Amino acid sequence: MTTVEDRKALVQEVLEAYPDKAKKSRSKHLNVTEEGASDCGVKSNKKSVPGVMTTRGCAYAGAKGVVWGPVKDMIHISHGPVGCGYYSWSGRRNYYIGTTGVDTFGTMQFTSDFQERDIVFGGDKKLDKLIDELEVLFPLSKGTTIESECPVGLIGDDIEAVAKKKAKEYGKPVVPVRCEGFRGVSQSLGHHIANDTVRDWVLPKADEYRQLPEGYEPGPYDVNIIGDYNIGGDAWPSRMLLEAIGLRVICQFSGDGTFNEVVMTPLAKLNLIHCYRSMNYICRFMEEKYGIGWLEYNFFGPTQIAKSLRKIAAQFDETIQAKAEAVIASFQPRMDAIVEKYRSRLEGKQVMMMVGGLRPRHVIPAFEDLGMKVIGTGYEFGHGDDYKRTAEYVDEGTVIYDDVSGFEFEELAKQLKPDLIAAGIKEKYVFQKMALPFRQMHSWDYSGPYHGYEGFEVFARDMDMAVNNPTWGLVNAPWNS
Amino acid sequence: MTQNDENTIPTPCGAENPQKIQDHFDLFHTDQYQALFEYKRQFEGAHDRDVVAETAEWTKGWDYREKNFAREALTINPAKACQPLGSLFVASGFEGTLPYSHGSQGCVAYFRTHLTRNYKEPFQAVSSSMTEDAAVFGGLSNLKQGLENAYELYKPKMIALCTTCMAEVIGDDIGAFIQTAKNEALIPQELPVPAAHTPSFVGSHITGYDNMLISILKTLTEGKKAATTNGKFNFNLGFDPYVGNIRELKRILGLFGIDYTILSDNSDTFDSPNTGEFKMYNGLTTLEEAADSINAEGSIFLQKYTTPKTQEYIAKEWGQKTYNFRPFGIKGTDEFLMALSAITGKAIPQELQAERGRAVDALTDSQAWIHGKRIALYGDPDHVFGITQFLLEMGAEPVHIVVTNSNADFEAELREVLTNSPYGQAATIWGKKDLWHLRSLMFTEPVDLLIGNSYGKYLWRDTHTPLVRIGYPIFDRHHMHRYPTLGYQGAINQFNWIINTILDELDRKTIVPAKTDISFDLIR
Repeated sequence: MTTVEDRKALVQEVLEAYPDKAKKSRSKHLNVTEEGASDCGVKSNKKSVPGVMTTRGCAYAGAKGVVWGPVKDMIHISHGPVGCGYYSWSGRRNYYIGTTGVDTFGTMQFTSDFQERDIVFGGDKKLDKLIDELEVLFPLSKGTTIESECPVGLIGDDIEAVAKKKAKEYGKPVVPVRCEGFRGVSQSLGHHIANDTVRDWVLPKADEYRQLPEGYEPGPYDVNIIGDYNIGGDAWPSRMLLEAIGLRVICQFSGDGTFNEVVMTPLAKLNLIHCYRSMNYICRFMEEKYGIGWLEYNFFGPTQIAKSLRKIAAQFDETIQAKAEAVIASFQPRMDAIVEKYRSRLEGKQVMMMVGGLRPRHVIPAFEDLGMKVIGTGYEFGHGDDYKRTAEYVDEGTVIYDDVSGFEFEELAKQLKPDLIAAGIKEKYVFQKMALPFRQMHSWDYSGPYHGYEGFEVFARDMDMAVNNPTWGLVNAPWNS
Repeated sequence: MTQNDENTIPTPCGAENPQKIQDHFDLFHTDQYQALFEYKRQFEGAHDRDVVAETAEWTKGWDYREKNFAREALTINPAKACQPLGSLFVASGFEGTLPYSHGSQGCVAYFRTHLTRNYKEPFQAVSSSMTEDAAVFGGLSNLKQGLENAYELYKPKMIALCTTCMAEVIGDDIGAFIQTAKNEALIPQELPVPAAHTPSFVGSHITGYDNMLISILKTLTEGKKAATTNGKFNFNLGFDPYVGNIRELKRILGLFGIDYTILSDNSDTFDSPNTGEFKMYNGLTTLEEAADSINAEGSIFLQKYTTPKTQEYIAKEWGQKTYNFRPFGIKGTDEFLMALSAITGKAIPQELQAERGRAVDALTDSQAWIHGKRIALYGDPDHVFGITQFLLEMGAEPVHIVVTNSNADFEAELREVLTNSPYGQAATIWGKKDLWHLRSLMFTEPVDLLIGNSYGKYLWRDTHTPLVRIGYPIFDRHHMHRYPTLGYQGAINQFNWIINTILDELDRKTIVPAKTDISFDLIR
């Protein structure tokens, strides 16, 4: 199962299980990369096929769970019935510093808990009152976002009108986010919708809302970190590195970010974007509106970190470039020691990945730093531009699967027999029952950080722990062998 | 403002030793990161630290409590989930059954994630993946495709279909849709596809459990009523997250020699052996047994308020006697065993009698550490009921009982139990309240111990009240669900968790050398 032809045949074989219509649709989402191709040759960002067990979530998950949720000093209301907020409560490990329930609210669940009468009579009045109650109980909150759930969009509520009224009443931002779960084909549209609310509801009033640090003057090295959600603390080693090379990070949007940081963003000289998928929209807007350039970077693994630091430094003057070199050099011995320790344990191990956002491509070089090889990768909710960007990361013969179904993923893994699967919680135990080592690549399996040099150390340790876990040797009972 | 003029190059935190790797537990507490956090703060527009501290204090007082309890529109940290979760949960206990959620697809991703995080087991379910066009035109086309694909790929023996809010608001006629899919031969005519309406804006996960269970039973038992009974008894545990309870119940019934059918035995679904092979379906209640449940001698329910409609249906439509028991704690188990004996005419097995003696012995050995302890607890009605009756018989005093998905009948029944016990006099049942209400209760009227699910850890952090994790979900402790909480064995397990949490807390409080460690006793 190593040649392009073998693997193409495998893909065909897997597709055989589908009824015709589903087969036709799914066949466009599976491919094996060929030498010199400029993209991965798969369709993406299309509707999931019903009934096949997609791993995808919804627009609400993208807007509340990903983009807005981590803004720590605002209250994010799951507007509608109780479930959406309940299931996504504290699930994403967006770390933050603050006194929860007093000046920050990240691990709390706020909901309008719709009942039948709210569906029948509409929920706008309840929402209005709910925001009054928030003001009484959480006077230090810096504002509110309203993430609407499916019913809200179907019953014709006007959350925008409520938002406008309440923002005026309290002099605080109230942002209506129309992220009903049936919109779009995945969480991806939720990212876009949330980005658009920043454009339409926040940035126009940025000057009014902004509190500048005392004595702050915009400087030539001011940058924003965009699209790092601080999972397991990821954004902090990233910020540390950027500060170390002489830049001044004035905003983290949105991991450990605040509303003030969001309105600081137009003052920066450059947007540094980690998760392109979820935040490119606002970067493009800021480029157009404020002339702020944006640059993608990759802080997974020493090879990409060095490359990214140099790329970032190249946007600035020689002092920054010299510092970037000094930072890279200072970490090099430590990285060498880590690689030396783990490479011998992981060399040649094969990996299949399936994640969201940026990781299906960005993490590949970190595995390669450890001598591991990614033989299959795919996005839950990627678009064409993601697969284009992926082409430069993958070798010939890599199996690409877009919006992979449970069935496909299992069948591919059975045949490709990777040494490690890196995907999400819903997949984890399926593969572990097959005695396949697994790491969650959304939540870092409750570990982290994985970004930056310190993050790579943790990543290396964790991959080793998974692949070389001694309990895999216990799965087969001795009397059966 | 503080300038980061130095731009000092960070020292690699693990220094020269590659053995020493710092993850989030240690890394962010190093001076370097603490300084970074302080530096970042100036960009945050943060409130003055004194204001934050003052406000935090205010949230602990009576004034805040009154404002908190005046809430009418806002729910904060509720202790309830929504209907389909319960539907999927109960469906997964039947043989070869694929739970199917009709509506938008994000819901099923959440249900699967939630159950998986609790059990650390795979949970397989599919969705109609409805999008905006389905909102306009209805979900028929999605449902037809979904059923066809799911059947072809996953070869289920039954598809248990529930709805999400979206399908309910647009008014999809799922019964007719399923029939259409059958008529078009997308799935076999004979494939059972029970369907339940489970909008999240009605009830909670326990309502969804009830709705799906009825639908499964109706579908499978249709035309199966025989002239005579089959001599068996049906047992249902409700939305009980402990797989150990199903196994313990089966052991008890085995000791009695009672022939039984567990209606929804998902013990293997949530605890399947690792053999190196993934098995998709692990529900242990066969469709044949479930179909024959209509011919049982009677049906015994262990969660009264989870299954009101199912019980009504069984009594009315099947003409079967239904019973409710709560075999939690000593007396609850006593009643259950005596009733089993009375109903079946079989003697209480000697082995269980010995177990009773051991459980009572264990309780007596440790009782002094729990006597008079003030307890806050929360969870589903039946769950809370079982714990409360156990606490009372040990001489612990429930004080705050929060049930977000409460109802009047439950409250009346529990109130009577509390009123009749000398240890229940301080208790208040806080129906329809949430964990933010409970926070105020615990600050203004402190307790010694909190019993609840993992979300209780935020209350533990804020109020310093030690938490015993009993309930659903438990995400931050492992393997709890494997133990029974039911029967005498379950009483010992629950007691073990409670007592040792109390003792751990005493050690934590007395661990400061030369200060508090006078009471850091070796023997307790």
